[in-house]
Amino acid sequence: MSVQVEDLTKSFSTKAAPTVFQANFEAPSGGITTLLGPSGSGKTTILRIIAGLESADAGRVLVAGEDITPVPVQKRGFGLVFQSFALFGHMTVRENVAFGLRTQRAPKDQIDARVAELLKLVQLEGHGDRYPGQLSGGQRQRVGFARALAPRPRLLLLDEPFGALDTRVRLELREWLRLLHEATHLTTILVTHDQEEALDLSDRIVVMDAGRIQQVGSPNEIYQSPSTPFVASFIGSANVLSGRVSAGHAQVASLSLDVPANTPDGTAVRAIVRPHDIRIERAGNGNGVCSRRTAAGRISRMVNLGAHVKLDLALTTGDAVTVHVARREYDGLGLVAGESVLVDLESARVFVEDYVI
Amino acid sequence: MPELAQAQPAPRLPLAELDTLPTRRVKTKAGNRPALRGSLSVRISLIALALAFLALMVLLPLAAVFAQALEKGLGAYLRAIRQPETMAAIRLTLLTALLVVPLNTVFGVAAAWLIAKYRFPGRNLLITLIDLPFSVSPVISGLIFVLLFGSQGLCGQWLSDHDIKIVFATPGIVLATAFVTFPFVAREVLPALQAAGNAEEEAALVLGASGWRLFFRVTLPKIRWALIYGIILCNARAMGEFGAVSVVSGHIRGVTNTVPLQVEILYNEYDFVGAFAVASLLTLVALATLVVKKVAERFQGARSAEGLR
Repeated sequence: MSVQVEDLTKSFSTKAAPTVFQANFEAPSGGITTLLGPSGSGKTTILRIIAGLESADAGRVLVAGEDITPVPVQKRGFGLVFQSFALFGHMTVRENVAFGLRTQRAPKDQIDARVAELLKLVQLEGHGDRYPGQLSGGQRQRVGFARALAPRPRLLLLDEPFGALDTRVRLELREWLRLLHEATHLTTILVTHDQEEALDLSDRIVVMDAGRIQQVGSPNEIYQSPSTPFVASFIGSANVLSGRVSAGHAQVASLSLDVPANTPDGTAVRAIVRPHDIRIERAGNGNGVCSRRTAAGRISRMVNLGAHVKLDLALTTGDAVTVHVARREYDGLGLVAGESVLVDLESARVFVEDYVI
Repeated sequence: MPELAQAQPAPRLPLAELDTLPTRRVKTKAGNRPALRGSLSVRISLIALALAFLALMVLLPLAAVFAQALEKGLGAYLRAIRQPETMAAIRLTLLTALLVVPLNTVFGVAAAWLIAKYRFPGRNLLITLIDLPFSVSPVISGLIFVLLFGSQGLCGQWLSDHDIKIVFATPGIVLATAFVTFPFVAREVLPALQAAGNAEEEAALVLGASGWRLFFRVTLPKIRWALIYGIILCNARAMGEFGAVSVVSGHIRGVTNTVPLQVEILYNEYDFVGAFAVASLLTLVALATLVVKKVAERFQGARSAEGLR
C-alpha cells in the first residue's frame, strides 16, 4: 500500500510563508517512511493531510495509486497514533480499542476477539477494564497503538508517538514497534524530530526544514551524503565553516577546497565536516602532511565523553572546530589543553548555495 | 493487507513499566502543616467569623421562610399550596421550565460548539450576544417583548389580525424566560469544550465515527457535568425569574401568574402563610439545585483527578 505525496502545499495564513511547500515523496509499500525535521518544519501537517484531518491547498495524495483527496477522513481506513495519546478518557481500555470496530458495526463476538488479540499484542491483557487515567504514559501509548491497529488499517500514521514519554520507555516502545513492523510489514509513516529514532526505524527518511523537503533517501544516504548543509548539520553533529570562492577555490579557514568549475569568485560557500571524520596530530613533529586540506590550531578545551574525547579547537584563522578522537588514539597522542595541533579536514564537503560537489 | 494475527509471536520485551501505576500522593501527617496555614487561633476566629456571617445572611432567612410557612401548622401549609390559583401558577412555571430548559440546552450547546470549534467572522459578536441577557436588566428583557409583540408593538397589528396572543399569555412568558436564561448552558459548556481540546474528536474521526457518534460518544461524555451544571442553573433561574416575566405576564390570576408572581400577590394581600408556603417551594428548588451542583462538581473533580486533562 504505497503512498505518493505529490506537490503538496498548505498555508495556514496568507501572511506567513507556507507551512508545507510543494512536497513530493513516496512512502514504499510495507516500509517505514519517516518525516524528520525540527518543530515547525511542516512534517506533522503533511501527516495530517494524509490522514484527512487537514486539506491541502494544492497537490494530492495517492494511496496504492488512488487519489484519496476527495475521500473524507472517516472513510480512509488509516490508523493514527497521537503524541498526546488522545485516548477516550471516559472509556475503558477495552472500549477504546473497540471504538474503531464499533463504528464499522462489526458483530460483538468479533469485536471481543479482536480486542483481546490486540490487548495481547500490546501486553495489556489484564488492563482491559482500567481507564486511561489509571495507566502510565507508556501503557497509554500502547493502548493508542492497539486502538489504531484494531480495525486493520491499510496504513499506519504515527505522529511523534514517543514524544511524550521518558527516555527509557521511549527506547522500549521503539524496539517494540520495530519488531511489530517486522512481523506485519504494515506501511507506516512516522513523524519525528528525533534523528536517532529516524535512523533506527526507517527504511526511508524524508528530511524537512521550513516547509520544504530537503532530501529523501535511506538512512545511510541521508547520513553519508547529505545533499544540503541543513541535512548535514541536522543529522548527526557537524562543523560548519563559512568562506568565499576566490581564484577558483573555496577559501575556508586556512584551507583551499575544490569547487565546481566556473563558480564565480566571491560566491559564499560552506564546508561541512563531521567531528569524528577529522584526523588530528601534534604540530611540528615533522611528519605532517601539509596538504591543501590541513589546518593549524590550538586545543582550547578537552572533554572526556567515555568512548571518545571531544576536543574544541581554535584554528589560527579564528574559526572554531570540534573534533572527536577515539579513546585509544587519544591515549596514543597524549594531547594536552593549549597545545598546537594540525587537523586534516580531508572529508570536508563543500556546499555552494544549493550545489554540492 | 498485513494481518495482525500473524504478528502474534512478535514483540515481547522487557517492558519494565508494564505494571507500574502512577504513584498516589502520600497523605501528609496532621502535624505536618505548611507554614502558610497560620496559627490555630487565627484559623478558629476566621472560621467563626465566616460561619456567623453565613448564619446571619443565609441560614436565618432560609429558616424564616419555612418558619413562616409552617406557622399555622402543616395543614394550613398544604391548604395554601392546594389553592387553585397557586396550583395553576405551579403548573405554568413547570410548563415554562419544561419548554425553556431543553430549548436553551440545545441552543446553548450548539452555540458553545460553534464558538469552541470554529473560527468565523462574527464569532466575537456571538460571544458578546450570549452574555447580553446577563448584562441587561430583566425588566428591560421583558419590555423588549412587550415592545415587539404588544398591541402597540412592532408586530402587534399582524399578531392581532391573526388572533395570536403572545404578550400577557403563556408564549410571552416562555419567550421572556428563554431570553433571560439563555446564557447559562452556553457559558458553562464553552470553557469545558475549550479545555477538552480536539484530540479525542480527531481520533474518533480517523476511526470512522460519524458526526453524531462523535458528539454523543466522545464530546458529550467529556462535557456532561458542565452541561448538567448549566442545565440546573438554567432551570433554577427559569423557575425563579421574576422581573422579565412580571412585565410580560399581565398578572392574570390562575392564567398568567408564575410561582414567583403568585408569591408577590399573596404577600401583597397579607396572606403570609400562603406567600411563604409558595416561597418555600422555590426555596426547595434552590436547595435541590445546590445539592445537584455539588454532586456535579464532585464528579467533574474526580474526573480531573484521574489525570484526564
